[in-house]
Amino acid sequence: MASSIVEKFKSMEYGPAPEDASGVMQWLDARGKRFGHYIAGAWTELAGESFETRNPANGDVLATVANGSEADVDRAVQAARAALPGWQALGGHQRARYLYAFARQVQKHSRKLAVLETLDNGKSIRESRDIDIPLVARHFYHHAGWAQLLEDEFPNSAPVGVVGQIIPWNFPLLMFAWKVAPALAAGCTVVIKPAEFTPLSAIALAEIAAEVGLPAGVLNVVNGDGRTGAAIVGHPGVDKIAFTGSTEVGRLIRKATAGTTKKLSLELGGKSPFIVFDDADLDSAVEGLVDGIWFNQGQVCCAGSRLLVQERVAERLYSKIRVRMETLRVGSPLDKAVDIGAIVDQVQYDRIKRLVEMGVAEGATCWQPDISMPERGLFLKPTLLTGVAPASTVAQEEIFGPVLVSMTFRTPAEAVELANNTTYGLAACVWSENINVALDVAAQVKAGVVWVNATNLFDAACGFGGYRESGYGREGGREGMQEYLVPAWLKEEPAAALPEPMPGSEFGPPAELSVPVGAVMDSGYASNGTEASAVEFALPGLAEVRDSDLVEDEPTIWHEAPAAAKAGAEPAYPSFGIDRTVKQYIGGKQARPDSGYSFPVFGLDGKVVGEAPLGSRKDIRNAVEAARSVAGKWARTAAHGRAQVLYFIAENLAQRREEIVAKLAAFVGPEQAAIEFDYGIERTFSYAAWCDKYEGSIHNPPFRMVTLAMKEPVGVVGVLCPDEAPLLSFLSLVLPAVAMGNTVVVVPSERAATLMGELYQVFDTSDLPGGVVNIVAGKPIELGRTLAEHDDVDAMWSFRDTAASTMCKLGSVGNLKQVWTNEGRSVDWFDRKQAEGRLFLRHATQIKNIWVPYGE
Amino acid sequence: MGIFSKSEDLLAKAEASAAAAPSGHGAGGTAVTLHGRDLTPNRRRKLELDWVEEVRVNTSAVERRAATIPTRRSVKKDWQAAWLLRAIACMDLTTLSGDDSAERVKRLCAKARRPVQDHLVKAMGIEELHLTVGAVCVYHAFVETAVKALDGSGIPVAAVSTGFPAGLSPLETRVEEIKRSVAAGASEIDIVITRAHVFNGEWNALYDEVAAFKEACGPAHMKAILGTGDLLTLRNVARASWVAMMAGADFIKTSTGKEAVNATLPVSLVMVRAIREYAERTGMSVGYKPAGGIKTAKQSLDWLALMKDELGRPWLEPSLFRFGASSMLGDIERQLEHFVTGRYSATSRHPLA
Repeated sequence: MASSIVEKFKSMEYGPAPEDASGVMQWLDARGKRFGHYIAGAWTELAGESFETRNPANGDVLATVANGSEADVDRAVQAARAALPGWQALGGHQRARYLYAFARQVQKHSRKLAVLETLDNGKSIRESRDIDIPLVARHFYHHAGWAQLLEDEFPNSAPVGVVGQIIPWNFPLLMFAWKVAPALAAGCTVVIKPAEFTPLSAIALAEIAAEVGLPAGVLNVVNGDGRTGAAIVGHPGVDKIAFTGSTEVGRLIRKATAGTTKKLSLELGGKSPFIVFDDADLDSAVEGLVDGIWFNQGQVCCAGSRLLVQERVAERLYSKIRVRMETLRVGSPLDKAVDIGAIVDQVQYDRIKRLVEMGVAEGATCWQPDISMPERGLFLKPTLLTGVAPASTVAQEEIFGPVLVSMTFRTPAEAVELANNTTYGLAACVWSENINVALDVAAQVKAGVVWVNATNLFDAACGFGGYRESGYGREGGREGMQEYLVPAWLKEEPAAALPEPMPGSEFGPPAELSVPVGAVMDSGYASNGTEASAVEFALPGLAEVRDSDLVEDEPTIWHEAPAAAKAGAEPAYPSFGIDRTVKQYIGGKQARPDSGYSFPVFGLDGKVVGEAPLGSRKDIRNAVEAARSVAGKWARTAAHGRAQVLYFIAENLAQRREEIVAKLAAFVGPEQAAIEFDYGIERTFSYAAWCDKYEGSIHNPPFRMVTLAMKEPVGVVGVLCPDEAPLLSFLSLVLPAVAMGNTVVVVPSERAATLMGELYQVFDTSDLPGGVVNIVAGKPIELGRTLAEHDDVDAMWSFRDTAASTMCKLGSVGNLKQVWTNEGRSVDWFDRKQAEGRLFLRHATQIKNIWVPYGE
Repeated sequence: MGIFSKSEDLLAKAEASAAAAPSGHGAGGTAVTLHGRDLTPNRRRKLELDWVEEVRVNTSAVERRAATIPTRRSVKKDWQAAWLLRAIACMDLTTLSGDDSAERVKRLCAKARRPVQDHLVKAMGIEELHLTVGAVCVYHAFVETAVKALDGSGIPVAAVSTGFPAGLSPLETRVEEIKRSVAAGASEIDIVITRAHVFNGEWNALYDEVAAFKEACGPAHMKAILGTGDLLTLRNVARASWVAMMAGADFIKTSTGKEAVNATLPVSLVMVRAIREYAERTGMSVGYKPAGGIKTAKQSLDWLALMKDELGRPWLEPSLFRFGASSMLGDIERQLEHFVTGRYSATSRHPLA
């Protein structure tokens, strides 16, 4: 020992500083290193299929874990279902006590949990100890608070029910907390599946659930692989799926749940830009990269993996990055002086290596530091790829490893363009000492989380989640709670089915979800003396319209008037003398349908009211182009300006009251028409009022910074209007979207399609910029499919039948657009509770959390 | 313009004297390198106002990075002992109190010669290191006492100078003070800058002041105390660092120990980054001295890790790194005793400084 101190005094190297894992090994031994599932408050025996979980740092088997079967999942879901009423009946305060106890237990056993996490995942003990575990405890504390305040802060809301949750291996404990805490706070019960690479810390938390006396069945942990996950996703007893993982699996889940009413939140991949301007604190930006792409071995969905640096400082920054990389220490994850641990599994290790090779083959320059590496285990050197073009594979694909790819830009506009040149939209970093530049860019980047002069900051009070193909839904904060709540009326009132299912879709409603034909529409206005029933909507001629092929060479069918009209005893509405041609409304202009066809629209009396343009794929294409071209400008229009336009619409609608009511009467009868019109004016006023009042908020993470939760428009929204209350439902759907700054492509009810002729004339005279609202009439199921599949549409709202909802969900997988539907229910458009307000606005917006540290 | 021409004048003098500067100034005369590049000791160079204006420091980001310096690195067992000994070797054992006396200074010097008790030295097998502190730091009044007390030990005496701690006496007086301390045998001079020059952005004035002090130091090494607790903002700290380095400071030092806030890791990170960038731009090395508020053995390890990771091994030598500390030595000795015996020690078991 003696001489060695002299040597060490001279060399001044870091020695080994291992964290003691013996306590955790004892914990594993005491359980025979064998784990079943935690279902209904009890551990199952390890029987049937199982898998081994290993320490990626040395390949040692840590434990054998049961691979959940469909039967296991079924038992867990049943346990959760059985526990649901009791759990909800406990009330917020009692649930808060459990969540508080969870937080305390996590803190009491913090080191055990940290070591277990590091053993199973390979992440450095510093990260699990200083970042993951404190965030886990914080998440339970924060959500104990939401449970306590639930009734006051989320009035008229109800828990969604039994929740299926599937979490990834990169932050096993933290993702467990992110999923479970809000669900339990809201009053949901949970079936959660940890990742097969990293099941152990969830098992430890299930033990904590037992320790704190959480009622049996409230939290069920089913271990397993993708098949187990699929069983959860496919289980009919699950009301919501919350998933964090790859975009690829996210798509599968969207597809698998398309024919159901399951609520869905997805937190998927990313290729997040890390933008460095020439006036940034470059040394700090380098540390940002260390905390970004070299955090958790780069296995971070929101890692700043795409460095965009202003040309002027690129070489300086690269040089600083290289210097810093030389001092990163790669080694045993349990070593307290290690920065980079082990890659979670051989599969990931090979994939990362392959992508780096591909990057080099495509022309990138690869640089790695000359640092010592462990001899065995899944360790990778931090890697910098420069000279990468946006067209390179490594610039587009998520590498999910310690690999930074870099590109340069010249101007802020180019930085934004490059930043947004991705299918993802999870996170972004903006480094500049100029607040004007930083906030301007933060506002323009398409990402759910933006860190200004910082990276990878997380807090339970701040929503986390993506735009675009990074998924939808938020975790954390008020916005995260919404994912586990639904409007109370949805749960309280029996599901009023739609007046009539729409036949003719090749997707077809799943048998178990098909709606009985002829069910009576439940509506508030029934009390006004009008009774609208499905039967009234069963009009002649419509079946042919729906069933005919759009491009069939039989135009005559469209012009063939029904018998009643031919008789010509009475005109359907007062004649205006000169023919009026209703056209599509695209980009603020009336446009003839590309098909060159029109279809007849019939009144209640079966007489032809007029003809509407028959929309086709190309009309939708043109409409989406028009909507996209003004989307940015409309979103940037001041809220007050948008309000003025909406008020002006109300004003101009009111001017044409007589005329519009008369036309509406042809479809709904004079009595409802008058009422519906007046409701429509009121609704228009409501959304004009909302324009500048549905505001963002400022979260208070426990650091010296503000987190601005900005409500941003989703973008281009496709809307399929229902047949009932054709004017009011149109306004109820289109106006909240427009009020929040979205642009819209709307397919009106085909049964009342000629009404659009009145509406676009009102829009034209109300200063609504062309392209903000685009109306394409035709067959909703056909047009809706084109819209749902369109990769430049950001959200799809379907308020028609179940088939349409399913079709929209299926069609959405291309770009993972957000889909909002009536889930086969009939909405009472005259009931403000159902048809107006925050629920609509929430779907019309997505929350971007911009983290702005301050201090000089 | 007058001030500027003075700067030019000083620069000419500096360049003239540069030829006489010894090459190689690292441990045992080995070359100082940074990222594989050989560096020469700092000497006065032209004031580049661009470099001062270009300074970008994001306080929050610096604080976040600084917060992970103690948590990202850990040294244990033999390595910890070696690192603690290193902290002693890089220590300016300091007494700067109003009640200092000659006897007090002599006691300090005795401790400086034998900072670790013999039985610990023997137990650790480090006799061959002949470990002493890096220097003894006193007021001018005690320079002669200290020089005499340290005679034959090779331990340099550092004097705080230039109207320490406020630095607000007349310039001539401050320059004269340096000369007297050097004449009295101080081989290191810790000067304080006029903080107002920083607040007012008077970079030429600051440059001239530091350059004048450096000239007065002659062969003595000069550490420029920036008064970081007074400067308050990290950008001010960075700018003052740049000007002091260009004006020829051998070391830049955080604080006097008399400010409300003294050495902190964020301040140190900013100064060390400035040293690094200065070396990259000029090929010259500047030393670093955090002072005030560093009291524990654990803290000393944090700062050593900071120097090692940000600047590299050469900055763990007393020629380029010093702690300004008075009570830290006692804590280190207690930790070393624990390392040797396995028992926690008590302050009373170790000789006072």
